[in-house]
Amino acid sequence: MEALKQELKVKIIDVLNLEDISKDDIQDSDPLFGDGLGLDSIDALELIVLLDKEYGIKLADPKQGKEIFQSIETMAAYISENRTK
Amino acid sequence: MYYISKYICIQQGKMWLNGSLYAESHYTEFGDLMKDFYKKFQINYPKFYKMDDLCKLAFIGSELLLKDENSKQIALLFSNSEASLDTDIKHQQSIQNVDAYYPSPAIFVYTLPNIAIGEVSIRHQLQTESCFFVADKLPVTHWIPYTNYLLQNHKAEKVVCAWVHKLGNNYEAFLYLVEKKGEIEQTEQNINELFK
Amino acid sequence: MKKVFLHQTNIISPLGFSTEENFRAVCAGNTAIQPVTIAEPIGTIYAGKIKEEVFAKMYPKMSSLEIPRIEKYILAALEPLVAQRGISEDSLLIISTTKGNISALEKHQIEAAHLGTTATYIQNYFGFAQKPLIISNACVSGVMALSVAKRLIQMEQASEIYVVAFDELVPFIISGFQSLQAMSDTICKPYDIDRKGVNLGEGAAAVFINTEKEEKGIELIADANINDANHISGPSRTGEGLYLSITQAIKEANIDVSQIDYISLHGTATIYNDEMESIALSRAALDHVPANSFKGYYGHTLGASGLLETILTMECMKNNKLIPTYGFETLGVSLPIAVITQLQEQPIHYALKTASGFGGSNSAILLKK
Repeated sequence: MEALKQELKVKIIDVLNLEDISKDDIQDSDPLFGDGLGLDSIDALELIVLLDKEYGIKLADPKQGKEIFQSIETMAAYISENRTK
Repeated sequence: MYYISKYICIQQGKMWLNGSLYAESHYTEFGDLMKDFYKKFQINYPKFYKMDDLCKLAFIGSELLLKDENSKQIALLFSNSEASLDTDIKHQQSIQNVDAYYPSPAIFVYTLPNIAIGEVSIRHQLQTESCFFVADKLPVTHWIPYTNYLLQNHKAEKVVCAWVHKLGNNYEAFLYLVEKKGEIEQTEQNINELFK
Repeated sequence: MKKVFLHQTNIISPLGFSTEENFRAVCAGNTAIQPVTIAEPIGTIYAGKIKEEVFAKMYPKMSSLEIPRIEKYILAALEPLVAQRGISEDSLLIISTTKGNISALEKHQIEAAHLGTTATYIQNYFGFAQKPLIISNACVSGVMALSVAKRLIQMEQASEIYVVAFDELVPFIISGFQSLQAMSDTICKPYDIDRKGVNLGEGAAAVFINTEKEEKGIELIADANINDANHISGPSRTGEGLYLSITQAIKEANIDVSQIDYISLHGTATIYNDEMESIALSRAALDHVPANSFKGYYGHTLGASGLLETILTMECMKNNKLIPTYGFETLGVSLPIAVITQLQEQPIHYALKTASGFGGSNSAILLKK
């Protein structure tokens, strides 16, 4: 799980073009949206693509994203459970 | 008669302000080049990194052009010959292969040329008139009367006319500010002279 | 300043190949939106698509030209107008589109995907002396093109202008909207509590504009195109740009809000767009004016929509008819909109047409009979 969390931090920074942030800046339980990393609606959609492309997870309902993407912690947990890649 | 009070040129790693060299960068890769100018100008605007190349070019050019501007009534007339093809090609690549079909929302939102206008509007909080023309070259023949319309009818206090071109390895930007006072008369001849 | 009048129009769409046919279809409550099968992996979507066989029957010669599909529709849209009005040295052609012949990228044909390439073909086909002016400004392009036409006429740059607006239903666009989760899996429901997003569509629309009222010219009396300056793909939560566009147009027209008889709105049926429009309308004190969206009949025809829907608005004005909003059942936006739900007779003297688009763009025009 630890490795997955680190991997996620690196991937998120890359995929969302968070240039001024390093993976050490992201705490596992930091909120990704709202005040945390300040991600927006397009970022949320991009994370849905990330789930599919990197981990083979197709969300049945995009609204599930809200729960899954709360933090690195929640993302890693969901991916571990559901990944097909 | 209206006047060009300021003009910017970005070409071959150099930025020119009113005809004098203002900044230059040794980076040849476009992304690195834009990032270099961004850092040189000490801009703090993380959204910059999400922009596509066309928007970054428009952003950097406008940043310098509008640096000391207080007016919020600045209209934005942008143009190029390729619309958003540079990013369109990237989007096409993401859907070309059925077996690796991953359209990206972050790329798709940039597959419209007027997003460059949007980014500059947001950065400078310009709730103003704007329009994106696609043309073979600087559309001065239409820009001049359109600018005059906006200024004469008080639809704007100033107008930015920006040619922002990015396709593959080719890029260039030419931006100028039109207002009631300035050094250079807004004529086709003058504008074409500035952008040689 | 010279006055500006809209005259002959034409619409090429799944609902017909003339303005009359389209208006009849819409009055009869027909929709172009149905399940359409697109190449894998897109599959089947609800969309409005022109049937090539039907077009080919009507335009056998044009259909057999070896040109991109979208260019055939552009030619068909312009042809009757050019036949009636002719082309002089001064005739200006204004083109409005979001993506034009973008499907050329499927075959790596970058030159063909340039809007200038399509523009040059159209220019040469009809023999326009001047290079066309191309406007590509997201989904407001069609309305913005009319605004630009008016302004150029008023600056004495032209005395007659043809405007053609178009976009095509292609995988490039569909895939993008799908990635934005913006599409509905049923016929769209503008302003409805159950709305789930857009249906995409396609079409070409054209209008001839000059400075004489003649018999039935509809006057384009005011226009404004104000950016939200808020977000590149979501509308302003306060409807700022649309509100400013509407109020500036009303100010220019020098009329009272109460004189507006009908509003043709953008109404894409996304949660955010429709909500934003309700806010802008209330702020502009227009929440009681009969209003509709045409998106339930055609889907969102993108670069064509602004002009296609303006043409239908002109027909409503000429016929004193209000057209219901196809797909709408129960209001589902925070502030009231007087959504038209029944086909009805109503004198229309002044009409407002609005559009909003990605990049924070908004356009509003006022028409007078």
